[in-house]
Amino acid sequence: MSTQPLLKVEHLTMRFGGLVAVNDLSFDVQKGNITALIGPNGAGKTTVFNCITGFYKPTEGMMTLTHADGSHYLLERMPDFRIAAEAKVARTFQNIRLFTGMTVLENLLVAQHNVLMKASGYTIMGLLGIGGYKAASAASVEKAKYWLDKTRLTDRADDPAGDLPYGDQRRLEIARAMCTEPLLLCLDEPAAGLNPRESLELNNLLRSIRKDDGVSVLLIEHDMSVVMEISDHVVVLDYGTKISDGTPSHVQNDPKVIAAYLGVEDEEVEAVEAEVGL
Amino acid sequence: MAKVDKRIVEQSGPLKTGPMAALKEAAFAGLITFGLSIPIIAYGTRQDINNRLVLDARWDAVAWAVAIVFIGRLLVTLNAQRRAAGGGKLMRVPQSLQPVLGRLMPALAPLAIGFLFAFPVISIVFSGWQGSTKWIDNFGVQILIYVMLGWGLNIVVGLAGLLDLGYVAFYAVGAYSYALFATKVIPATYPVLGVWAFWICLPVAGILAAFWGILLGFPVLRLRGDYLAIVTLAFGEMIRLVLINWTDFSQGYAGISGIPRPSFFGIPFNANDNGFAATFGLEFTPIYRTIFLYYLILVLALLTAFVTIRLRRMPVGRAWEALREDEIACRSLGINTTTTKLTAFSLGAGFGGVAGAFFAAKQGFISPESFTFMESAVILAIVVLGGMGSLWGVAIAAVVMIGGPELMREMEFTKAIFGKDFDPTQYRMLIFGLAMVVIMIWKPRGLISTREPTAFLKQSKAVSGSHVKEGHG
Repeated sequence: MSTQPLLKVEHLTMRFGGLVAVNDLSFDVQKGNITALIGPNGAGKTTVFNCITGFYKPTEGMMTLTHADGSHYLLERMPDFRIAAEAKVARTFQNIRLFTGMTVLENLLVAQHNVLMKASGYTIMGLLGIGGYKAASAASVEKAKYWLDKTRLTDRADDPAGDLPYGDQRRLEIARAMCTEPLLLCLDEPAAGLNPRESLELNNLLRSIRKDDGVSVLLIEHDMSVVMEISDHVVVLDYGTKISDGTPSHVQNDPKVIAAYLGVEDEEVEAVEAEVGL
Repeated sequence: MAKVDKRIVEQSGPLKTGPMAALKEAAFAGLITFGLSIPIIAYGTRQDINNRLVLDARWDAVAWAVAIVFIGRLLVTLNAQRRAAGGGKLMRVPQSLQPVLGRLMPALAPLAIGFLFAFPVISIVFSGWQGSTKWIDNFGVQILIYVMLGWGLNIVVGLAGLLDLGYVAFYAVGAYSYALFATKVIPATYPVLGVWAFWICLPVAGILAAFWGILLGFPVLRLRGDYLAIVTLAFGEMIRLVLINWTDFSQGYAGISGIPRPSFFGIPFNANDNGFAATFGLEFTPIYRTIFLYYLILVLALLTAFVTIRLRRMPVGRAWEALREDEIACRSLGINTTTTKLTAFSLGAGFGGVAGAFFAAKQGFISPESFTFMESAVILAIVVLGGMGSLWGVAIAAVVMIGGPELMREMEFTKAIFGKDFDPTQYRMLIFGLAMVVIMIWKPRGLISTREPTAFLKQSKAVSGSHVKEGHG
């Protein structure tokens, strides 16, 4: 069982009418790895994310998430909120989706909704002041503090999330996703709009999430300084099809990847097309 | 605030300042008023003795309207210019008063509640046993019903961000549940329970209304924003039309009369030997019931506020607010948005139902006339004008919106200004509309637009209304 990957995506296909956004995509996310999903704009990366996290129902394919105790979750059959709550997959969004009118701390408390809901006896016992809600509430603040500390947001804890600068909002979204205690963290372009220093900081944060918190990461990213630096495994998509899969150095030197990103010389077009299978 | 104004001004190009620009703008507003008031105010019609229609020119009234708008606009523009120039607010709280006010703020809620509990006594002291009925009933009870309804709807609209235009439906469900149970079911089954009818039916009415809230909630779960508003509006009308047309059930337009009044925990308010007055050795007057009703609705409204305050600090309350901020993010965090929406709908509806039962018991007679769309609109206006999500704001708005027009009736002195024939009550809706426009200009996000955070690490800082979203259903 130990060889079982955390997430196994098999023959994932997503069609929107006549448009094939993702075409027969298969890849694995290994436990404790940082896996990057890259590709040119419009390659279908975010669609893959939306399928994994349940925001889209895939047209075809199977996505199996395996927990440490061996239990399987078939993600394509679960509604989005159960994927987060039960299969333990958390995500962030390309265009940040924070609760802007709530404080930073409140954002992190909302993320612990399901744990607190149980502790409050589904509100009824908490309302009457019996049961362990008080202790659970204190524990949730402690956990929020841990993540505030880790993302260096402690000073801004009582400010509205909408007041934070862009880079802080990105980190807060990661902290919020981590507060749901995920096994797999899906990050949709976490480095978009960050300056080089902030990107470096993000690298360290993601490494620490993998090492200290034991959470596997799947990320979409355009910033190659992030991708090549931290990922163990890279999957390259182009027009919805996987064109390469392997270690960062392998992908970097793959002619198909270079062709997809940079294009090729005119005289090489036919050779490359034959190789790609066009 | 001044900072923000400046930035906006800078963005919108060169600023036109000076009294000339203000005069120009005021003249323009005056011109519009002139155009608008010609068809409405300039000519009045009346029938003379021979039944002929006579046109009365009222150009003086037009002149008054234009002058008021001109001066008002001039003052508003000049004030805005001064503020943009860094002049600050017209009335600034002196520096020395700031700490005093800061200490006063936490004591505000107990003070207000204390005043509300003392209100009947105060009104009896000032206007005697007879005169106080009006104050306690028309002002106290009436306003508190709307405060409770406002706080109930605040859960749905203010916290969860679900725009509900048919809230009056749940008010009607509560009122009719109590009316039907108390006049038909209980006399037919356990007539001994007659005096306790209200106390038994109060929770039942709340639960039934909450059930209807869930029933409405299910089909509209997938709708958002404007679409949700339209469907809830239709639902409110449906309930009213059913009540009108299903005469076997609700006696249609005739309504239900003879609804038992609430008892003082089993002791009825009447002149009999076992009545309230006789039991406590007092002389009988109907005001005891009025006072009792006042305290009853006060406690019910405070219960609504208490539950709202408690729930906001609990996961379900935070999930409501998160839902208002961003539904997709909620789902990505494992929050079941279906049940979250349904709890908001049903809890809001439940409080509406309890208020409805109280209304039926207070009036002793209900008919579908009491549950028109106008009621929904007034309750929603209270929530929106008060500032969505703010209990203080909603309470203040209810006092202004319900008490204000009521107060217009009392303004005898206006007769001295406008002549003997002037009837202030006829203008109350006009003033009501004017007040709404003023609030829209002055406080577009409601009277209290800031949001109190539900948890804090070091210091609780109010969240500015500009960050808080209104929800999209």
